[in-house]
Amino acid sequence: MDTLQRRFPEEIKAAVARYPAGRQASAVISLLYLAQAAYGQLDKDAIDEVASVLEMDPTQVRGVAGFYSLFFERPHGGYVVQYCNDLPCALRGAEDFLPVLEEKLGCKAGETSADGLFTLECVMCLAACDRAPMMQVNLEYFHDLDAATLDGLLAELRARAAEDPPRRAPFGFGPPSEMAGAAPATGANPAGSGPTGQGG
Amino acid sequence: MPEQHVVLRNREIPGLARLDVYVAHGGYAQLKRAVTEMQPAEVIDLVKASGLRGRGGAGFPTGLKWSFVPRDLYPKYIVVNNDESEPGTFKDHEITLENPHQVIEGAAIAAYAVGAETVFIYCRGEFWQEMDVLRAAVAEARAAGHIGPNLHGSGYGVEVQVSPGAGAYICGEETALLSSLEGELGQPRLKPPFPAVAGLYAKPTVVNNTETLANVPAILEHGADWFKSIGTEKSPGTKICCVSGHVERPGNYEIPLGTSWDELLAMAGGVWKGRRLKAVLPAGASAPVLAAEQMPGLALDWESVAATGSILGSASFIVMDETVNMAWVAKKTIAFFKHESCGKCSPCREGTWWLKHLTARIAAGEAGPDDVALVTQVVDQMEGKCFCPLGEFAQSVPRSTIERFAADYAERSAAPAPAAAD
Ligand SMILES: Cc1cc2nc3c(=O)[nH]c(=O)nc-3n(C[C@H](O)[C@H](O)[C@H](O)COP(=O)(O)O)c2cc1C
Ligand code: FES
Repeated sequence: MDTLQRRFPEEIKAAVARYPAGRQASAVISLLYLAQAAYGQLDKDAIDEVASVLEMDPTQVRGVAGFYSLFFERPHGGYVVQYCNDLPCALRGAEDFLPVLEEKLGCKAGETSADGLFTLECVMCLAACDRAPMMQVNLEYFHDLDAATLDGLLAELRARAAEDPPRRAPFGFGPPSEMAGAAPATGANPAGSGPTGQGG
Repeated sequence: MPEQHVVLRNREIPGLARLDVYVAHGGYAQLKRAVTEMQPAEVIDLVKASGLRGRGGAGFPTGLKWSFVPRDLYPKYIVVNNDESEPGTFKDHEITLENPHQVIEGAAIAAYAVGAETVFIYCRGEFWQEMDVLRAAVAEARAAGHIGPNLHGSGYGVEVQVSPGAGAYICGEETALLSSLEGELGQPRLKPPFPAVAGLYAKPTVVNNTETLANVPAILEHGADWFKSIGTEKSPGTKICCVSGHVERPGNYEIPLGTSWDELLAMAGGVWKGRRLKAVLPAGASAPVLAAEQMPGLALDWESVAATGSILGSASFIVMDETVNMAWVAKKTIAFFKHESCGKCSPCREGTWWLKHLTARIAAGEAGPDDVALVTQVVDQMEGKCFCPLGEFAQSVPRSTIERFAADYAERSAAPAPAAAD
């Protein structure tokens, strides 16, 4: 299988080149992100290809994939919405806002929406507790959420998905601001630093 | 004392994340001075003399850590711990996005000091945007000759790589981080050997927190005496305090160590909605809770907070007002640790499982008559028995909230809670 190598030849080279010669196993996390985008999930074929590219034991690669929370062994939406309801965010209303988010996405936490676009997860602290309620969509930050900003953002994300964007790391469609031809991130995202699109 | 921005200079200098702006404000001049005018040992001595302590939680003296690296073993590595995953901590997030070059310069100076030629900046996987910013900053600095081979004709060169994690709190623990960086499961290793002797790829390695390293260029620029003139004798310099929860203005506040809690709380606008303070977690989810009456006049430095029986850690203050039930707080922190336990040792793996179920039941008001006592029993069985500090962290909030806020448990459970300890 060479789905990964056909889709991301340059990215693989760049990831392996970050580490000393002979230490290519260090690139396993980077390659798993790429494989997750190329295959849509870290199934057996994806794991086997990562293992063969890095000359690793597939069992070890599967172990790594299972250990970390950003890797999916099952299908997931092109947008993975990771909503923080850890203690500091919960103190500022995150638990109350969750039902609003669930309703607008059309799925409960832990589920994927019927249109397959969104997978919603409740996650632990994302290092932005001063801007609760907050979430990441394909690892891009969206802060100070309320119903109105959420409506705008989701409309934009649905429109972009309809254009069938190329799959990108880490999850599928790539971070919202990074998708082909996309305008800079919405006003809900104050980070303001235009991503270069290299990701993990 | 007002805020003082040694690291968060971005608050005064717009666009500091850009190389031209950083250089216009003295950026990379200290790295240049180090490699062209100073011996590596002089750099270590200067950082030692400054009294700089690690900002990642343990407060270990930075210069001393660097001096442990053996001279004659190569290659060596600097690893920047940018894993920032402790609930309530968001300082490295701001530093990396808004002042990335100061981290890169500090790490490169550390590399020169210990004789390393490679820096890895390990970022938690969720720092996808931070990684983009760091990679762009590294590329820009390298193209301009601030980092890279043969710096300023000195013969010394340093390369900086950005390496991703993938969502695991335990990878902030330095030996687990190194395992993760090597492509293994991010589980902690037995110490000794310490990373300084056998770290990444079994080579001498210094692991330092992002904020720690961002202080280093300023120490070179202004000197050890200047640094020691800020803060307290045992905790010199500034510390970025992350204030979250029930305050009017949550955010990062960089203050001289030793500043009082009252001043920090005032900077954050006080307790929100005019309510009364109930309790504070001073080091994220990992430290014993402090009751409101312990806070007035408390000096925020490692030694003063330790004297209360809690810890300063990386100074992540989760503020809770009078409406919060502490049994619910314990449930939330335990949900975190249960999720993040790496599974390597059984006291932590099994203990957090039991605590999760017990605290959830108590918080929901569905506790059986012995459940609070059972929490105490499980906590006793974890304390001092876990392979790494994560298990110890996990038990500190349930234990301390049962001790200090027994009434909150009694309110939620059928059983009479144990009497308060104080
Ligand atoms: C469970 C656990 C999580 C940790 N998480 C972090 C972290 O996210 N960032 C960090 O810098 N240090 C973290 N540490 C501390 C590191 O092990 C280490 O002490 C630190 O990176 C050393 O850098 P410093 O001396 O500059 O503080 C953690 C420790 C433990 C036990
Ligand atoms: S608790 Fe939500 S970002 Fe920290």
